[in-house]
Amino acid sequence: MAEYRLTPPLTDEQVRALRVGDTVTLDGTVFGLRDATLIRIFDEAQAPPADLRGGVCLHTAPNVKKLCGHYEPLSVGTTTSMRMDRFTGGLLERYGARAIIGKGGLSAESLKHFQGLGGVYLAITGGAAALETTQIEAIEAVWWEDLMPECLWQFRVRGLGPLTVAMDSHGGNLYADVQAEAQRRLGEIFARLEKRA
Amino acid sequence: MTTIEPKLVSQTAKELYIRALKVLPPDVKAALARAAERERHPRAREILGVMLKNVEVAETRGLLVCQDTGTPVYKLRIGRGLAYDGPALLAAIVEGVKQATLEHPLRSSVCHPIDRTNPQTNTGHRIPMIDVEFLEESGYVELKMMPKGSGSENMSFLKMLTPADGLNGIKRFVLECVVNAGGKPCPPTLVGIGIGGTSDLAMKLAKEAIWRPVGSPNPDPAIAALEALLLEAINALGLGPMGLGGDTTALAVQIEYAHTHITQNPVAVTLQCWRGERAMARIYPDGRVEHGF
Repeated sequence: MAEYRLTPPLTDEQVRALRVGDTVTLDGTVFGLRDATLIRIFDEAQAPPADLRGGVCLHTAPNVKKLCGHYEPLSVGTTTSMRMDRFTGGLLERYGARAIIGKGGLSAESLKHFQGLGGVYLAITGGAAALETTQIEAIEAVWWEDLMPECLWQFRVRGLGPLTVAMDSHGGNLYADVQAEAQRRLGEIFARLEKRA
Repeated sequence: MTTIEPKLVSQTAKELYIRALKVLPPDVKAALARAAERERHPRAREILGVMLKNVEVAETRGLLVCQDTGTPVYKLRIGRGLAYDGPALLAAIVEGVKQATLEHPLRSSVCHPIDRTNPQTNTGHRIPMIDVEFLEESGYVELKMMPKGSGSENMSFLKMLTPADGLNGIKRFVLECVVNAGGKPCPPTLVGIGIGGTSDLAMKLAKEAIWRPVGSPNPDPAIAALEALLLEAINALGLGPMGLGGDTTALAVQIEYAHTHITQNPVAVTLQCWRGERAMARIYPDGRVEHGF
């Protein structure tokens, strides 16, 4: 299991090199978006005002403080990705994003997009926002402030991670492996519990 | 003087909201540390280590443990022998939430369910949720606060089981809920279970169970035995921290029950994320406020 230190925008080659179980740490630009942001982009058909090509998208809606016209990050964490599952294909195909940082994983449908379009899902420890915030150097830009806190955010990060490659572009899916094993064990556990009763 | 001042309640409601987001209860921290020691899976150990480090960073630097400021939930528990203006106390709690949100500032995580507009105050129609209860004890009001995060709250389940489903039906439903939730609720979770009553009471009891300190067994030995059995079964599933594999899927299973109708057996399951955030304070008529969890 390899360790990578990467700076977006990511190339096809960089993304295809990543395999499930690898660890990634990021420097540079990361975009923050989630439910309302993606609904605006896809359901309301408003193109994102930032160039997402090769980009890394973090499923987040941060706590911020506005000081002299710019935003300071107070708490930047990560939300459950599955709610944004149906937007994965569009983010990769139409806007060229390459990686999604989230928690809890995405569906088999999203995995197909990662395979076909060269994308990757990077898992972060959910709820660990204090640590994550110390890895955010600045909020460089924000669009769609009317969606606060679910605006489109551009963060500058240093050492964001460790992130686990949990879904890769080769069909690898850590969540599916763990789920399949849990389903298998569930049968055994039921049998044991029901005998005891 | 036996009057509880709304102003003090408002100030305390504000403090509790902010403190609950920054300082985890000692029972949660101890349960995480124990889990990290026991965990055999390397990735899971690393994730539990990140969680523990995050708790420390949040405390030492005064940062929020998680970005999710949650849905603010309060319990106003009124002791005997006090004079109070009920509606004024409820309004004071709402005001405390607004002040915490605007002054800290906190992200407003609350919006209208249909048009999705966000009042930017973490308050709105019927939010914060405030339950009013009465205490046996005299001389103080207890205010409890839980900022309920959405990742875990979205993993809430109710099933109206029948008598024929029996105890096995309950066990099966609980385990299926945990497996279906996977990594989404930020495991290791605190699994709250409500058994019996009506549909609404079952869910209320599941929530009641997660107000208890982590790892405090139900006083009824039969219920406590079911809690222990389910905890062992859940941690045998291998889902692990964040659903990425491991021995630690739940920190505790906690059950509350009520008698129910002879034809039914409702079971509600709610998951609380690993942070188990909650805060509490006792407010006295002389103006003293004692903080706890």
